[in-house]
Amino acid sequence: MPSVVWWRKVGNLPAYRALAAGQVRSALSYRASFVVDLVTSVMATVFDVLTVLVLFGVTRTIAGFTLPEGVLIVGLASCGFAWADFAVGNVERLKTYVRTGAFDAVLVRPLAALPQLLLMDLPVRKALRVVVAGGVLLAALLVNDIAWNPQRVLLAVLTPFAGAAFYGAIFVLSATLAFWWVDSGEMGSAFTYGGRDFASYPIPIYPGWFRGVFAYGMGFGFVAYQPALALLGRPDPLGLPSWAGYCSPLVALVAVVIAAAVWRVGVRHYRSTGS
Amino acid sequence: MATLRHDVFHLFGKCGAAEGVAGMVTRLYKTSGALRKEINGVDGSNASVPVISHGRPFRDTLATFGALWGSGFRRFMTYRQATIAGTFTNIVFGFLRCYVLLAVSKQSGQVAGYSGDKIATYVWIGQGLLNVVYLWSWTELSDRIRTGEVVSDLLRPVHPLVSYLAADLGRAGHAAIFRLLPPLAAGAIFFDLYEPQRWFTIPLFVVSVLFATVSSLALRFLVNATAYWLHDARGPVALLMFAGTMLGGVYFPLRFLPEWLTVTLWVATPFPSLMQTPLDVLVELDPAPVQGGLVVLQAGWAVVLLTISGYVQRRAERRLVAQGG
Repeated sequence: MPSVVWWRKVGNLPAYRALAAGQVRSALSYRASFVVDLVTSVMATVFDVLTVLVLFGVTRTIAGFTLPEGVLIVGLASCGFAWADFAVGNVERLKTYVRTGAFDAVLVRPLAALPQLLLMDLPVRKALRVVVAGGVLLAALLVNDIAWNPQRVLLAVLTPFAGAAFYGAIFVLSATLAFWWVDSGEMGSAFTYGGRDFASYPIPIYPGWFRGVFAYGMGFGFVAYQPALALLGRPDPLGLPSWAGYCSPLVALVAVVIAAAVWRVGVRHYRSTGS
Repeated sequence: MATLRHDVFHLFGKCGAAEGVAGMVTRLYKTSGALRKEINGVDGSNASVPVISHGRPFRDTLATFGALWGSGFRRFMTYRQATIAGTFTNIVFGFLRCYVLLAVSKQSGQVAGYSGDKIATYVWIGQGLLNVVYLWSWTELSDRIRTGEVVSDLLRPVHPLVSYLAADLGRAGHAAIFRLLPPLAAGAIFFDLYEPQRWFTIPLFVVSVLFATVSSLALRFLVNATAYWLHDARGPVALLMFAGTMLGGVYFPLRFLPEWLTVTLWVATPFPSLMQTPLDVLVELDPAPVQGGLVVLQAGWAVVLLTISGYVQRRAERRLVAQGG
């Protein structure tokens, strides 16, 4: 990687913009399919919320949490996830680039590899999903009886962005797997989509080791559950102190740093394709 | 994708190498038997090849189907890494879904007729079944339509629907061993699973999975065929994936919904027949007559969907303009 000074990076902005604009144009050129795509990707978020509604419909409370509290948790989780999926989610396609050797073309261009990859596949269709997830979160914040104060306002604003950064890091990390394991296929989904599903429910429902690994080991407990507790002013039945809810930006930062480091190692490890 | 084409060409190529091109055509026409009429008649023009052998059309059809089935099975045998990676993901999701649904059923011991062991079986078999029935996005056909490669499908003396169905059943056969059994084993180790009580439940489950796979292929074929008109089928393909997983009962068993809605969905849409029916048959949620009736309903959907797919394919062939030289 040649050392690129800051002003040259700024000079690259038009190139990135052209890549993004190209994506928008190409998405819009198949109009009927694009509209269906847009609606479908909204449905993904709607289904996540609907599932929570249905599950709460058959039982009054889940692990001591009521429906509005459950919606707040799923709202925080999907809001973060929708942002990450829109901005970074298509890094999933890295495995195709590595397998076909198309990643060579990305590396020989005088632009950074990761932003190029993201903009080459910018999923315009996922934009609407961000809006829907935001709406769900807003509704959940209004429905719940939250004693607002400055810290909680800040927490409510910061948590979705911390969640987005966290899921973005998870997306990059699981895509990076393809550098070592070309046919890693759906394995990354266990942590990206699986991580979203995990964070969408109150984590006391998961027993012992499973909770330990996902919630605390990998940090998914801090995406939605801990911040939701802090917003609601509820003590954690699992015994974490109330300031744990304010840790999500820190957890996200750690994840981003790890993802950036692993990405660099992965790109160096890339040896193109042999056949 | 390349591998499938490779397999199919390999299959046909072998005949070609041994007997020359003329021999290949003769032989393939012979094997296609009753299906040969389907590939003719593009816009009424008659491109039919004279029938060379009338002998044993059924047996030859079966042999072709079997060869395509085998190529589908072998193709997925080669994706070993992807199989392991996918199985890992299924097992993680098995834990996730199982804990969520068990938490829901914990309040009252059972929910919508599912006791704890039935819920666990539902989730773990469901995670395996997802890959047998295959509800994920599948764009092999639409990619070939977009690039024009589908023309070579139409040149073959096997109806495209039949060749895709045979290969897909081969894929399902592979998945039934390598994608269904590992999650089942994981579920059996970590959870109490339900043991079927009726002797006919397991055979009925197998039949039910077969109908579900056929319906699923027909649905995937249909949404892919929209590419004949739209050129880009990503939207419809994704729509099917979400409708199939949601209304198929992957997110939660459909019986969690109000009864009138469940019944309406079951009868009016093919989606519950994809996952919900085989799973409910396996955990014996209904008395025996209803259990059998659900499978009959499934069979009905499979026939209807295959018929529609065949019709759409005929319309599409009239519409298709092959690109390039």
